[in-house]
Amino acid sequence: MLTVLLILIPLVTGLITFGLSGRGAKVFSGISSLATLAVTLAAWAQFRTAPEALRFTAEWIPQLGSQINLGLDGLSLMLVLLTTISFPLIFTTVLSRNYERSGAFYGLMLLSQAGMLGVFLSYDALLFYVFWELALIPVYFLCSMWGGEKAIPVTFKFFVYTFAGSLLMLVGIIYIYFQTEGSFSWQTFTSLNLSNDEQSWLFWLFFVAFAIKMPVFPFHTWQPDTYEQSPTPVTMVLSGVMVKMGLFGVMRWLKPVLPAGADMWQEAAILLSVIGIIYASCIAIMQSDLKKLIAYSSIAHIGLMSAAIFAGNEQSLAGVQVQMFNHGINIIGLWIIIEVIEQRLGTKNMQQLGGIASVAPALSILLVIVSLANIALPLTNGFIGEFLMFSGLFQHNVWFAAVSAIAIILAAVYMLRMLQKVLFGETNALTATTTDLKGGEMLALVCITAMIFVLGVYPKPLLELVSGTGIENTVAAIAGR
Amino acid sequence: MNALITTAVFGIILMFVGLVVKQKQYIKYYAIAGTVVAFIANLLDVQQGYGVLHGMVEVSSFSVLFNAIAIASTALYFLLCGSAFEKVGEDVADYFALIFFILAGIMLTGAYSNLLMLFLAIEIISIPQYILAGADKKNLKSNEASLKYFLMGSFTTGILLMGIALIYGATGTFDLREMGLGTGELSPLALCGIILLGFSLAFKVSAAPFHFWTPDVYDGSPTVFTAFMATIVKAASFIAFMRLFHVSFSGGNVSHHWQLILAIITAATLIIGNLTAVFQQSVKRMLAYSSIAQAGFMLFAIVAHNEMSSQGLILYAAAYSVATIGIFAILLKMNDYTFDGFNGLARRQPLIAVVCAIFLFSLAGIPLTAGFFAKYFVLSAAVQQGDLLWLVVLGVLCAAISAYYYFRVIIAMFFKPGEADAQGVTPGFKAMLVVAAAIVIVLGIFPNLLLQFL
Repeated sequence: MLTVLLILIPLVTGLITFGLSGRGAKVFSGISSLATLAVTLAAWAQFRTAPEALRFTAEWIPQLGSQINLGLDGLSLMLVLLTTISFPLIFTTVLSRNYERSGAFYGLMLLSQAGMLGVFLSYDALLFYVFWELALIPVYFLCSMWGGEKAIPVTFKFFVYTFAGSLLMLVGIIYIYFQTEGSFSWQTFTSLNLSNDEQSWLFWLFFVAFAIKMPVFPFHTWQPDTYEQSPTPVTMVLSGVMVKMGLFGVMRWLKPVLPAGADMWQEAAILLSVIGIIYASCIAIMQSDLKKLIAYSSIAHIGLMSAAIFAGNEQSLAGVQVQMFNHGINIIGLWIIIEVIEQRLGTKNMQQLGGIASVAPALSILLVIVSLANIALPLTNGFIGEFLMFSGLFQHNVWFAAVSAIAIILAAVYMLRMLQKVLFGETNALTATTTDLKGGEMLALVCITAMIFVLGVYPKPLLELVSGTGIENTVAAIAGR
Repeated sequence: MNALITTAVFGIILMFVGLVVKQKQYIKYYAIAGTVVAFIANLLDVQQGYGVLHGMVEVSSFSVLFNAIAIASTALYFLLCGSAFEKVGEDVADYFALIFFILAGIMLTGAYSNLLMLFLAIEIISIPQYILAGADKKNLKSNEASLKYFLMGSFTTGILLMGIALIYGATGTFDLREMGLGTGELSPLALCGIILLGFSLAFKVSAAPFHFWTPDVYDGSPTVFTAFMATIVKAASFIAFMRLFHVSFSGGNVSHHWQLILAIITAATLIIGNLTAVFQQSVKRMLAYSSIAQAGFMLFAIVAHNEMSSQGLILYAAAYSVATIGIFAILLKMNDYTFDGFNGLARRQPLIAVVCAIFLFSLAGIPLTAGFFAKYFVLSAAVQQGDLLWLVVLGVLCAAISAYYYFRVIIAMFFKPGEADAQGVTPGFKAMLVVAAAIVIVLGIFPNLLLQFL
């Protein structure tokens, strides 16, 4: 029942929020996101004692044999936790902002949350597909309506890209469905014996859909513009949570359902990911726009996670899952600070900034911490995941590991360059007007910093969570069952 | 059978209503009453699976379900667009009467079991349409549409008759089930007949390369009649198409002879319909090309002849008709039919913009709308058939293209600044739109509500 509530709360409250306006919408959606977080924590407690009780099955379309089949394992619980933590943080950050037509804004945010939670919870392929699309539509409207001046064409490109990708995945789902006895459930899909030839081309139908969402090179071209043009709360949702849908799709569906296909194209997928890491890192160094810099840095990080998933040994998989959570937290932290800078100074161009450290010390300290976590310095949460991923990738292939490790150095280059340009140097006429963090922004950032240190020093709860069922399933499936 | 009689009788009644009732705005209520009576009469066909008229018409659960969908969509059409009839010309009652005659023809498309009845059904549907296309007598474009439709339509009817004659020559019967094609070697005569029938029906459903009449006729006809021609009539032609090919031409290895031809026609229809729709500047003309593109998807159901395809086509008929009628109803209230004419509609008429977006989502095949499951079923049918995967992949790529032109309307309504407004919107009209949108969403979550009757 808790699993159903996880989807129903944001869905129903989201629809109600459309009817509210101004403060009402803000407060109501905040309460809704906290309620979802509370349910997640209850589900976590339940998960530790009796995970079976979290399963939920009901008839949906008997003619097709599709069911409403929801459940949780370590991987999905971790992502549900990330989603439900992110939304209160995002809402806290924008507490003082007043969006035009705020009822629609917060309503769409909650609907996208419902869609993403549905993706993470579905154990039925058709249901998974429906939620996959449902998460996209509200984000499309959010970016187009509240985005920058170029938002409409940019978001439309994003929409058409992902829509085309997911339709290809739909063809794959339909094909596999006809190899079963008429069931969409994850259990039947994974217990099928598809021939190598079938798996070989089915792999690409699924991989393209997930690669567009992540995004992996060369399917990434929608991402920097969309991140730049979207309103920052939506960028947080996109980069913090939504891109994890692509990684999740590979781990939950692609590899277990098509193990031979994933084996066959393993090197190709890793190669694309590694190219993406280096390529995005190099472009990030050249950026002077803060949002674009973070966008490219995110492509590099996601590329590493994707490579580690396809390397597919125990260490790299544990690393990916830990990193999915930590990357989500860290990047939301970075976006909060960029949002603050953009709000106060009206620019996100690094060339026009400088010397903020002397005017806004709290902001500067927190930005340094979050940036260092993004570079994966030891004692921050980014370290453990990256370490595990590199060590897994190293076991798989030394050269891939060596090349992608360059990205660590490149990440230090662009992040430290950003810190230098933004925080230090001469204070100019513009930056002298900066004021320090206030209320909601401060609260959200302090929470994030706390998580950075706690999970950096003591990652055990997170590791335990994801090293449970999630890894066993995936490893078992990859080992050829 | 009840439905056929009641719709024909109401056609005659409405002609006389025009003589008696002087206030034109009341005529539509007689028509709506007619659809209600026909709907109930159709459902009273409880004794199913029997033949009437010496077995030339066969009442089955399939025909009753399709008739119900067609009559209900017509009722929705009258409710949403009925008041626009008065703006076309003087003879309002005659237009309603003609629609009822078309409906009588439609009642035959799901039930005929004899080639002569197929011919009658197609003719009963076509002839009133030629008149309706030219209803706006003083408008040159309307005249052109009517003449073009009439010339090309009657030419294709000739081909249809030729096909029927060849089939009769080869098998010695008009009865769909007694032809027995596929038991032995297929004679060249029968093969020619099948191909001629396929081509003439492809013309009626505006499949490429027989689609050239469609944009001009749909664009030139009065918009209110385009709404009917492009939706319910098209769905009915598809039902007739499917019935003929699935019942008579799929036994043995007969389908091998026409499957590839139809698959190529499907691919051409998808590509031409979608790519041309992208370049349109007028929403009305875009909808004309979109109807060609949607026909491409419905053709999947015919190429793949299995149980899933008939389920898919029924669902498609309902989803496509409701959504397109809704968009046309909104279009009728607009002053400007270009995409720019929709700029900023969401600010003036938020409800209408949201409902319109739901219809467009359905046409694009976004999940949680009826259009998604309609597309899902027809694509599944093709996958199940095997060796058609290339067509399915082409189909989904075209579906992604279709999102482009449907979303142009959404972008105009929601994101662009402008002063677009809908004229003469009554609360009743809004309520009906909401009902239509609710149907689209409910069928998008529970398609089995419709399919359980099959």
